[in-house]
Amino acid sequence: MTIAYQTFSDPQAASRFLAERREARLLGGGTILVRRVNEGDISIGTYVRLLGPELRQIDVADDMVRLGAGVTMSTIAKAPALAFLAPVARSIGGPAVRSAATVGGNLFARSPHGDFGVALLVLDAVVSLESLEGFRELDLQTFFKSRTQLARGSIVTAVRFRRPMPDDFRFVKISRVKPNGAAVLSIAAVVSRTEGRVSAARVAFGAMAKTPVRAHALEAALTGAALTPHEIERAVASAVLDTSPSSDAIASEWYRKAVLPVHLRRLLWT
Amino acid sequence: MKKVPVQMTVNGEERAEFVDSGTTLLKFLRDKIGDLTPKAGCLQGTCGTCTVLVDGEPRLACITLVEDCRDGTIETIAGLSADGKLHPLQQALLDHFAAQCGFCTPGMLMAAKALLDANPHPDRADVEDALSGNICRCTGYEPIIRAVLSVSSSDACRDTAERGAV
Repeated sequence: MTIAYQTFSDPQAASRFLAERREARLLGGGTILVRRVNEGDISIGTYVRLLGPELRQIDVADDMVRLGAGVTMSTIAKAPALAFLAPVARSIGGPAVRSAATVGGNLFARSPHGDFGVALLVLDAVVSLESLEGFRELDLQTFFKSRTQLARGSIVTAVRFRRPMPDDFRFVKISRVKPNGAAVLSIAAVVSRTEGRVSAARVAFGAMAKTPVRAHALEAALTGAALTPHEIERAVASAVLDTSPSSDAIASEWYRKAVLPVHLRRLLWT
Repeated sequence: MKKVPVQMTVNGEERAEFVDSGTTLLKFLRDKIGDLTPKAGCLQGTCGTCTVLVDGEPRLACITLVEDCRDGTIETIAGLSADGKLHPLQQALLDHFAAQCGFCTPGMLMAAKALLDANPHPDRADVEDALSGNICRCTGYEPIIRAVLSVSSSDACRDTAERGAV
C-alpha cells in the first residue's frame, strides 16, 4: 500500500489536515509510526511532515530552555547547554534511534518507553500545542493524563522548562539489555538540599504506569527529610504508592514494584 | 498514486529516481538502486542490520523515509571498499572472526564507521554504545567489539577518518 507524504510549513494548516483525515499521522523520527506501517497498520494512509527551523531549535535564555518538538536525542546529547540531560538522551535506544527520535515523539511513546518524557515531567515542563482551537500551553502532567483524549489534529510543537541547579538533577534508567535496552523502570529526580535536608523534591517514574508519572507521596515524604540512610529509607517506602506498572516482555508488575525502592534508594544516596 | 522524485548522493554517486511516496530508505536502496548491502531484518527499527549513514549520522533505513533524505549523502557497505581494497573495519572483522552468518555485519560495520568518523580513538564503552543498536545472534559481540577497537588503536583509523567524507 502506498502511503502519501505531505509536508506543511504552517502548524495550523498541518493541524487542519490531520483533523480532517483519519488516516493522516504526524511524523517525527519514524521509530513508532513507520514501524507501525511496516508491521501492517493499514489505518495509516498519509505521513505528515511539519517543516520549519523552530521545530529543530534549542533556545536557552537565562535558565529557561525551549526545545522544538523535532529536536533529536542525538542533538540533545551533544548540546553543551543541556549537559545534564545528555545521560537521559543517551539512554534512548542506540545511536541510529537517537539520530531520528524526537522530543515530541518521545512524549507519545508507550510505556515502558518514553524516558525523555520522564525527565521532562520532573522538570515541570510545559508543552506547546497547536490544534484547531489555536495555540495553547499545557503542563506536562496534564498532557500525560489527557494524552489519549487530545483533540484530533493536535500537534506538539515545543516543550519548555527551567534548567535545574547543576547538582540537583538525577536520572537512572534500569534495563535488562545493556546498554540502552528498554526500561524496566526509569527515575528522574530534582532534589534541592539545604544544610543536609531536602528543601524541595520532584520525582518522576517511567515504566511504572501507563505514562510517566510524578511520585507525589514520595515527594511529600522527602521534603524536609535529612539525607541519612534511615530517613531516605523511610521516604522511599512510600514510593510504590503512585505506581501501577504493567507486566510486559521486559519485566513483570511484581518485579518493577519490588526493585523500584532499591534503585530509588541508590539514586538518592549518591 | 503518482510517483515522486527523489535525489540524493549514494556512496558518492548522484542518484535521481521516481519512487512511490512513503517508500523507506531501505526499500529504495535495495529494490530501486540495487544496493543489497543494507539488510531487512526486523523492519521494526530494533535489530540494526539496516543501519546506513545519512549525512554522517547512523540511521535505521527500514524506518526512514527516502523522501526525508532528499539532497542527503547516503553511505552503505557498498561504498566502503575502494579499488578492490577492503576498508580497515571490514579487514578487522575478518581478522577477528567477527562475522559468522553475516546478517548483522552490514549494520555493525556502518555503526562502527559512524563512531570512528566522529571519534577515531574510542574506548571500549564508546564502542559498546556505538553498537548498542545492533543485535547479533552468533558471535556474542566480543569479536566485533575487539575488531572495532583494533581499528581505533591502529593507524588505519586515520584512513577511516580521511575516507569518511564521501
